[in-house]
Amino acid sequence: MSTFTQLLLIAVGSALVNNVVLSQFLGICPFLGVSKKVETAAGMGVAVIFVIILASMVTNIIYTAILVPLKIEFSQTIVFILVIAALVQFVEMFLKKNMVGLYRALGVYLPLITTNCAVLGVALTNVQSSYNFIESVVNGFGVSAGFTIAIILMAGVREKIMYNDVPKSFQGSPIVLVTAGLMAIAFCGFSGLI
Amino acid sequence: MKNKYLERIFNGIIKENPTFVIMLGMCPTLATTTSATNGFGMGVATTAVLIFSNLVISALRNIIPDKVRIPGYIVVIATLVTIVELVMQAYVPALYQTLGIYIPLIVVNCIILGRAEAYAAKHTPLLSACDGIGMGIGFTCALTIIGFCRELVGAGTILGHMVIPEDFHVGIFVMAPGAFFVLSVLTALQNKFKAPSATNVKKKKGEPAGCDGNCQNCMLHAEEAADKALENMKQDKEVAR
Repeated sequence: MSTFTQLLLIAVGSALVNNVVLSQFLGICPFLGVSKKVETAAGMGVAVIFVIILASMVTNIIYTAILVPLKIEFSQTIVFILVIAALVQFVEMFLKKNMVGLYRALGVYLPLITTNCAVLGVALTNVQSSYNFIESVVNGFGVSAGFTIAIILMAGVREKIMYNDVPKSFQGSPIVLVTAGLMAIAFCGFSGLI
Repeated sequence: MKNKYLERIFNGIIKENPTFVIMLGMCPTLATTTSATNGFGMGVATTAVLIFSNLVISALRNIIPDKVRIPGYIVVIATLVTIVELVMQAYVPALYQTLGIYIPLIVVNCIILGRAEAYAAKHTPLLSACDGIGMGIGFTCALTIIGFCRELVGAGTILGHMVIPEDFHVGIFVMAPGAFFVLSVLTALQNKFKAPSATNVKKKKGEPAGCDGNCQNCMLHAEEAADKALENMKQDKEVAR
């Protein structure tokens, strides 16, 4: 199998087959919380793509260049969470100073992403599946693209649910969870893809 | 007068149950409850981290400077999670394999950081540890109940013993979608009986944005902020024209 097909398989696998929200349950909080409008959901999605790709690059470099030579792989959880938190802070400061337009578009979402389990989850899966640098980045892209697809679809559905007559006890988060369940069933259909 | 230590423990189990009432830590709640045993294992692991993180953070509450308290808490929590992870790998390897990536992800479970910020940072170590025990038991009970429902409906077993014949299994309940459905019905029941929960108690306006140990509120604040920012951008564009 050529390298390209392998990378494509990783990307499709993490974006559709093992969708990060609907089958791995990572990043549920923003998925339920920031999905009322398509516009905000798209902003969140883009910010997540940005942070996850950066984080998978940095954590991969740190893991192979520092943790493995020093034989302290067991401390990966501590190192990764701190690196991700510092990275998000740094990106926020950098954007604020140098790219004001992008900061205005993504700035409000950045602090939320620090404790998003999807970011740490990607960093840890990359290590578990022993991906190299390029594979990690592709996996990160796949996961975050999957998150964006799911949250935008969810926001689209919720915009329509607003006009529906939902039973009183199901109003609010129960109906959103039912919607998520139905979406998860639909995403099960992708499981034969690879 | 009631014992205040016991009161903390019961508070976590019933009055402020982290899963059903405050709706915290949804990721492990949905992901690891494919059976009652898995839910229980995850609950116990989280409880261990919660008790010790509350204890340590409360003991250090006067030493950690206010400005760097969140990174400080995260280091404490991550260290404890790593310890729990290694212990589980050594003594319960089967459970460790099943729970997999969700064990290191206890670090980003909002219950732990939420309790550290909302309770342990303001109270004595012993009280905080009791709070951790209560919250942990509440979380474990919730996970076990959800896991029990899913296991019974989806695989027809109770703790691995077959009780429902194979023809009546609803396989989807042990798969991903089932988690959403079970949680949805449980939340709906809570709404029906008007039990207070994060989803049906409105917070007063003007409260500071930020995670006061409540994901839903935190996200609502964030969404309002994001909406405002988008509107500001639109206005700026119009002005530029």
